[in-house]
Amino acid sequence: MSEPTPVWAVVALPLVLAALAYSAAALDTAFRAGGGPAAPLREGVRLIVQQRRRTLAPDVLLMRIGVISLPTAALLAATVIPLGDTSVWDLPVSVVWFNAMEVVAWGSLWLTGWGVNSAFPLIGGYRFLAQGLAYELPHMFALITAGLGAGSLDFGDVAAAQDDLWFVVWMPVAFAVYLLSALAMTFWGPLDHPVADDLAGGVAAELSGPDRLLFFAGRFALLTVAAAAAVPLFLGGGAGPWLPDWAWSLIKTCAVLAFLVWVRQRFPVIRMDRFMTAAWMVLIPATLLQTLVVGIVVVN
Amino acid sequence: MQTVAFWILAVGAVGFGVAVFVVDSMARATFALLASFLCVGVELLLLDLDYLGVLVILMMIMEMLIMAVFMIMYMMNPGGLMPMTMVHNHRGAIAISVAVFAALVAGIFRTPWPARRGTVPADPTFAVGEAIMGPKMLVMMVIGIAILATMIASVVLATDRGRYDRPSGGKGGAK
Repeated sequence: MSEPTPVWAVVALPLVLAALAYSAAALDTAFRAGGGPAAPLREGVRLIVQQRRRTLAPDVLLMRIGVISLPTAALLAATVIPLGDTSVWDLPVSVVWFNAMEVVAWGSLWLTGWGVNSAFPLIGGYRFLAQGLAYELPHMFALITAGLGAGSLDFGDVAAAQDDLWFVVWMPVAFAVYLLSALAMTFWGPLDHPVADDLAGGVAAELSGPDRLLFFAGRFALLTVAAAAAVPLFLGGGAGPWLPDWAWSLIKTCAVLAFLVWVRQRFPVIRMDRFMTAAWMVLIPATLLQTLVVGIVVVN
Repeated sequence: MQTVAFWILAVGAVGFGVAVFVVDSMARATFALLASFLCVGVELLLLDLDYLGVLVILMMIMEMLIMAVFMIMYMMNPGGLMPMTMVHNHRGAIAISVAVFAALVAGIFRTPWPARRGTVPADPTFAVGEAIMGPKMLVMMVIGIAILATMIASVVLATDRGRYDRPSGGKGGAK
């Protein structure tokens, strides 16, 4: 991985990310509304040509920054995730970078909710911040556990450390917590409180036209990146028989992504105060214990 | 290339820092400050301090977003609907800050900087940590864990009886 990044990887990254995010959107539509594979495309075109709805005295600059930063953060996070064993940006602490870009979503949601100057979006934005630590801490500990098992914070090294045994086998708690908190970090499915129906759409309530398109495309992209990161972290990266390793990375990413999309139509939105209690009382201690177990194994 | 990036980021960091005191909305001030910190974080990446740089970016985003809640909550004009200003004692503050800035810059130029001895270590973050903490590393690590435990414990205690909580003493508080 020390050789310079091939040009095709830089070109391919946004395309692959967009294709996967589109597939997730199509799958979600199929699950929930029964639409065909072209349904997200139709919706996207409709949003592009739709005239923007304006609220009274919005802070347009902050709102635009919020909306645009969501897909941007997803793309920046994707640069460090290896496909096979090639990543666009060969950063030695890529796991931390990935986490930092996920946290950008806090800012995106708050800025969007604040910027449109409307009550429900504002509440949605504050919801995400208030819940943020309860989402982020278990997430972070799950990431750290995988990093500890490999002795490195580099996705490539973490994937390489799973040649014998995938981390999902001996760190099941960390994997489960990762998936659960990934749902929360991408405000998806049972944890979509910032854009939930009880807030009439929350942060996205006043978004229309291209803003709305970018916002939800960004959310799908973020979900895709979270699914893609699970592959080198817990599922052995590109390891697999017969096929080349990039193909295995893609297959595993699609499987995790499909699971995350499926979760949305299978489970109702959970009450966020209960999740918060559970996050602090159950998830954080559980991940800490998992880290301890992994630490003991590594030291031995 | 690196020099150009350095200067762009340096000017950006200072510019966003100035913007904090110029804009008339607390939300904009908060995020101008965040942008300034992010410029500094990328500067650290330019210095090959990967871990420190990425950590600054991660922590500053989280910290400033939590800060945003408090900054807006305590501001006299949270909504930004009326003109507001971030400065008090305007003239005095400008005089003091210009004097401090001039003193610091003079210090930078007047310090006899030593020439580099040796080469860049393989892991600069590790080397910086060892140079700063050295033999006290164990103490620092224990303190770090103690602080984390304190934070988690205090939050757990604080969430005992929230607005939406079940009455305490009920069965299975976590569920």
